Amino acid sequence: MTTTVLPRVTYVNVRHSVASWLLTKDHKRIGILYLIVVSIAFLLGGIFAVGVRIELTTPQGDFVSADTYNRLFTMHGVFMVFFVLVPVVPAVLGNFAMPLMIGAKDVAFPRINLLSWYVFVTGFLFTLTAMVTGGVDTGWTFYTPYSSSASNSNVMLTGVGVFITGFSSILTGLNFMVTIHRMRAPGLTWFRLPLFVWAIYATSLVMILATPVIAITVGMMALERALGFGIFDPRLGGDPVLFQHLFWFYSHPAVYIMILPPMGVISEVIACFSRKNIFGYSFVAFSSLAIAVFGFLVWAHHLFVSGISPYSAMVFSFLSFAVAIPSAVKTFNWTATLYQGAIWWRAPMMWVFGFLGLFLVGGLTGLFLASLGLDVHLHDTYFVVAHFHYIMVGGAIMGYFAGLHYWWPKMTGKMFSNSMAMLAALLVFVGFNLTFFPQFILGYLGMPRRYHAYSEEFQVLNVLSSAGASILAVGYSLIAAYLLYSLWRGEEAGANPWKATGLEWQIESPPPPDNFAVTPIVNEGAYEYSKREIKVV
Amino acid sequence: MSNGLAAHADPHGHAHHPALQHHFQTLDQQHEAATLGMWVFLVTEVMFFGGLLMAYLLYRVWYPEAWSEGSLELDIRLGGFNTVVLIASSLTMALGVRAAQTGAQRTTVRWLLLTMALGLTFLVVKFFEYKEKWDLNHIPGPNFVFEGPQEMSDHLQIFFSLYFGLTGLHALHMVIGVSILSVITWMAHRRRFTPEWYTPVEISGLYWHFVDIVWIFLFPLLYLVDRAHQLG
Amino acid sequence: MAGHVSPTKVYYTIFGSLMVLTAVTVTVAFINLGGLNFPVALGIAILKATLVILFFMHVKYSSRLTKLICGTAFFFLLVLFGLTLSDYLSRGWFTAPGGTTGAGTRVTIGPATPAPPAEP
Repeated sequence: MTTTVLPRVTYVNVRHSVASWLLTKDHKRIGILYLIVVSIAFLLGGIFAVGVRIELTTPQGDFVSADTYNRLFTMHGVFMVFFVLVPVVPAVLGNFAMPLMIGAKDVAFPRINLLSWYVFVTGFLFTLTAMVTGGVDTGWTFYTPYSSSASNSNVMLTGVGVFITGFSSILTGLNFMVTIHRMRAPGLTWFRLPLFVWAIYATSLVMILATPVIAITVGMMALERALGFGIFDPRLGGDPVLFQHLFWFYSHPAVYIMILPPMGVISEVIACFSRKNIFGYSFVAFSSLAIAVFGFLVWAHHLFVSGISPYSAMVFSFLSFAVAIPSAVKTFNWTATLYQGAIWWRAPMMWVFGFLGLFLVGGLTGLFLASLGLDVHLHDTYFVVAHFHYIMVGGAIMGYFAGLHYWWPKMTGKMFSNSMAMLAALLVFVGFNLTFFPQFILGYLGMPRRYHAYSEEFQVLNVLSSAGASILAVGYSLIAAYLLYSLWRGEEAGANPWKATGLEWQIESPPPPDNFAVTPIVNEGAYEYSKREIKVV
Repeated sequence: MSNGLAAHADPHGHAHHPALQHHFQTLDQQHEAATLGMWVFLVTEVMFFGGLLMAYLLYRVWYPEAWSEGSLELDIRLGGFNTVVLIASSLTMALGVRAAQTGAQRTTVRWLLLTMALGLTFLVVKFFEYKEKWDLNHIPGPNFVFEGPQEMSDHLQIFFSLYFGLTGLHALHMVIGVSILSVITWMAHRRRFTPEWYTPVEISGLYWHFVDIVWIFLFPLLYLVDRAHQLG
Repeated sequence: MAGHVSPTKVYYTIFGSLMVLTAVTVTVAFINLGGLNFPVALGIAILKATLVILFFMHVKYSSRLTKLICGTAFFFLLVLFGLTLSDYLSRGWFTAPGGTTGAGTRVTIGPATPAPPAEP
């Protein structure tokens, strides 16, 4: 007599139709939907970067015209900032994992969650349309009066796209805040929360407070462009620097939106792969809040050479130094976590090591730029470009990949090839440093950013940088390849392949649609690795 | 109790309130989440208007004469009338929420209808104000006309840009508010609300009061800049 | 579900106060108080908003979290205004001889003026 075993119901196989995905209210499916769009945006942003780096292998502007080059770096920035860096960890990993980590069945407002994805896609489509109909040449920063009066590129379309996408961010932040406040499992007090959840909470605070300001600012710029409303127009007595103040009031906190969740990932992965509790848990938790709040006080360091008052500049410089402190606290605590830990060399941990070194460099070079005297020389040079890529790619993207690899088995039920993953991490690390370290030197030597042609003496470093970019491209492609391959041929992961603490690891991989059959009750802290096996195979 | 910890689902499995969504444990938790969500949304709205208000603040400091002149071009009687209308609508909204809280279902509908009527009155008055500005060519842009020195005319364009930006954004929120209220009124008419569950009325009320508060600031900021003619 | 139910008297009283305050703010606007007109108008508006928040929006009877959220919104609004104005209002402080000395100085677009002669 044969018995038929029905496959376990998971959030993936519960219903198969396209409609069941496009009309889903399941936070796990919505996380996957975001993953798809963000990955497309990453690819597009990467293609524009390739265009930039090809042009910059030679000093002359011979690959593309100056105008086209302006559009290339603008579209690279727009796609990477708004459609990759801001949403990638919160909307992909946060959506998938956070409700699981707090023992909830879903986020507080599942329909709003789905709406946020549709809003995101709408903004993406507007921006895509702007791209295929000629692109934008203002830089992702849209400074007036060029953007509001003089530029004859697709500023309106892109502005509308960015405006709409901002609402996606707001809705996500709102949802996450309410979820974390109101839907934690019994016994899960704030100080038992995983640090990733603290990071998502702090990020949500920033999303909610900052994003509306850029929305209204882009709106004002668009009104000026379309209807001749004069708010930033110097011909009417308006102040273009006001645009910069308002723009950066969002865009500086935005960089904390981009880095706080990856920092949260680092905390999760480093604890698991050192088999140790995070050193100084409450310091790390509070530092996330401190970064979120302090991050609102420093924006005018982007305006140091725009003609602001030197007294105000001194205040912002001081505050910019201060905001580095909570990040440093985290870095020290992560390092102390490693001390006397039983380090387990697996792919997620490789990304953590990459993050630690590269975020350190990126963060420290930020202090160079926060120094008024130095910034006068370094502003608008490649030093700035290198600084923010070290944070954004070396920090945020590496943190994202750490999380993607960490939670991949949970999301898909499959293990990826560890050796391929280690190789990819190495390629990305080497490629990244080769691409961006020379740019520090270039900036120091005076090469300006956003120029398609440059002085002969800068060529060697530029060629090194472009060579590094090609290695990066190989590394990223390899990641996509083995992750996709694992969906077909990967080993079954089981519920807890990393032997990690955390509620998400106590349910099957992939999780069932409703997450927890019985609401879990929590009675210990987030990282009780002392109660678990130290030696893992 | 509202400390965010979920109670267990009722072990006896009796029927849940029809409004209870499956991912919440209790109606209370759901209500707490909804009101918190609306409050967080209102925070985003504060910052949204905040950007425009920042621009207003800067240019008021820079161009006090234009601000005086522009403000005097606005009709204080219509502005004052609208202020009274909107504050009255906040009263009727609060009374409507109270009626829902106490299960007075017919009264709830009446207060909500009155609130909508007052809101529409506000919008009609606003329409006439805008029309007047249109007729006088005070809409900023290429068709802007003002008899006076060029610099004053230029700065007045900035004033009117911010006037239309602020009141326009506010009016848009009013339109959305009236639309939301029409849905809520319909639901109230269908007797959907009870003292046990009236959350949509409550959170609509919060939104409506917020829109009122914005106008409480816009009225003096736009209409009362220099009524004592200190600058001419 | 128990939310605080205010007596109707409270609502009518607050409405009355708001009407009085509106009348006050309009009346005072026509009186020349010099530089005080703006702060007074703003102060009355803040008072009116506070009444709406505390009583119409029930914040007086709400959780600490709700109160914290209200406070947070206004705090960050003040950060936006305060730090931005800290730039504009401190421009032109203590400038070198030959520069302008007024606070709130701004860069204007005008005809080119010859550079001041270099110091020997």
